[in-house]
Amino acid sequence: MSVLVYTESEGGTFKKIAFEAVSYAKGIADMLGTSVTAVSINGNNTDQLGKYGASKILQVSNPLLQSFNASAYADTIAQAAKSEASTVVIISSSANSKYLAPLLAVNMEAGFVPNVTELPTSTSPFTISSTVFSNKAFATTEITTETKLIGLAKNAFGVLENDTSLTTEEFTPSLSESDFNTKVSSLEKANDKVTIADADIVVSAGRGIKGPENWGMIEELAEVLGAATACSKPVSDLGWRPHSEHVGQTGKPVSSNLYIAIGISGAIQHLAGVNSSKVKVVINNDPEAPFFKAADYGIVGDAFEFVPQLIEKLKEFKSNNA
Amino acid sequence: MKILVCISHVPDTTSKINFTEGDSKFDTNGVQFVINPNDEFGLTRAMWFKEKQGATVHVVNVGGPETEPTLRKALAIGADEAIRVNTPATDGFYVAKQLATIVNEGEYDLIIGGRESIDYNGGMVPGMIAKLTGANFVNMCINIEVEGTDVTAAREIDGGIEIINTSLPVVIAGQKGIVEESDLRIPNMRGIMQARSKPLKVKEPIDNQIETKIIGFTKPDSKGAVKLVDNVDELINLLHNEAKVI
Repeated sequence: MSVLVYTESEGGTFKKIAFEAVSYAKGIADMLGTSVTAVSINGNNTDQLGKYGASKILQVSNPLLQSFNASAYADTIAQAAKSEASTVVIISSSANSKYLAPLLAVNMEAGFVPNVTELPTSTSPFTISSTVFSNKAFATTEITTETKLIGLAKNAFGVLENDTSLTTEEFTPSLSESDFNTKVSSLEKANDKVTIADADIVVSAGRGIKGPENWGMIEELAEVLGAATACSKPVSDLGWRPHSEHVGQTGKPVSSNLYIAIGISGAIQHLAGVNSSKVKVVINNDPEAPFFKAADYGIVGDAFEFVPQLIEKLKEFKSNNA
Repeated sequence: MKILVCISHVPDTTSKINFTEGDSKFDTNGVQFVINPNDEFGLTRAMWFKEKQGATVHVVNVGGPETEPTLRKALAIGADEAIRVNTPATDGFYVAKQLATIVNEGEYDLIIGGRESIDYNGGMVPGMIAKLTGANFVNMCINIEVEGTDVTAAREIDGGIEIINTSLPVVIAGQKGIVEESDLRIPNMRGIMQARSKPLKVKEPIDNQIETKIIGFTKPDSKGAVKLVDNVDELINLLHNEAKVI
């Protein structure tokens, strides 16, 4: 009966989106008059989940699940939902959760609504709001199946503390050989950098920085802020930066607290990818750049003048507020 | 190898997003529809398999007759045959069940969809087809090679790339990277002429209940005007004290 939430971890460490998902699950559980059960796959320090409202952990410790496998993870979550008789299941919106979500929905015969930003507007009938058209609109959807799968958008609901006493049970899913028909043979991942997906702040630059040789100041600004770096499509097409940093409709989506766009004019395809960021700052020497219409704060001026100043002043600010 | 490319018929990115019938339906008035960009990357990769490995390429769409120009465009780009499942694409699960039926009937080896459609952003149809048909699945696919029945694919993950080994039949959800933007093809006159005589089969939907239904749309509150500042001290002050993001 409890609300089931999949809490994502990497190398045993829970991600911030896991705490956000538990906070959200607690909100729904309160509406339904029930409690929250979290599924942890090889996560450490599961006690932390109690802080956000989980009352029970189903801890899966299985060496076969050490690295992510969409099919096996989806089966694990579906079996956990069945054993708890949960009819509401919450997942987040990371690349891995988006991979397993459709498999899980079919497995549970659940209506699935992704990109959800707030609690259901009603639980009977079950209606819920989510973003559509690249954050340009919200849709209210009724889920008509008995089991409901909800994909929580990143950084929309927030992490809410809600201390709850916690019990932990071991959970052993029964997995089949076919769960492992797709195998990861190698993985390239820079571990020393904040990823665009995890970052609270993203610093992004466009053609206005004139060439790859000027990227240093973007890196430096990102470092001062503990931010990830990103770029516009022309910058990745020109090969100044790798494709993996391209944000926009055909690139990566950004849902950070703060998005700083330097020398990016703000083509509609770019804005489609960054719409869900909360606060947007634009630095551009063209006062007519369309991005100013979508921004919260702006400086009309030369990036080569303002970015170095911003780095210096932020360093001062950080040392004064440390 | 038999390839099925699933095409979503979506409003062009620059479309005005408005709703009609008491904010319950998307207003298609004056809207230009295109092949969903993520699907077009996949279709282009399918053309590569056709030309280099002799694959047969079919395209499919779930939608009413108004979506046929989008399928004709895919034929003009080089697909051999098109299928339209004659029902509105109401929800992702419903669409996936229609497509799973087409996949089972056509015994396709490689099924290509897109990471997500740019209208409803669901990102669920390809994975659901895989689970419904028992095929393997690679999401956010940025490269795929097929040799015999062995498949090597690359998946974009948060902060990196993963190389995946699997086998046919496989469903992939493609995106930019599976081909580059510069590889995309604009149909030429010959392709457009040929497309007119290629088969476009219309199939009726299988009877199936829906899992979700959209009951209304709203637009976000219009945001306030940008605050322009002329010095970085003021910017830092606003970000710290007003926006509270640093």
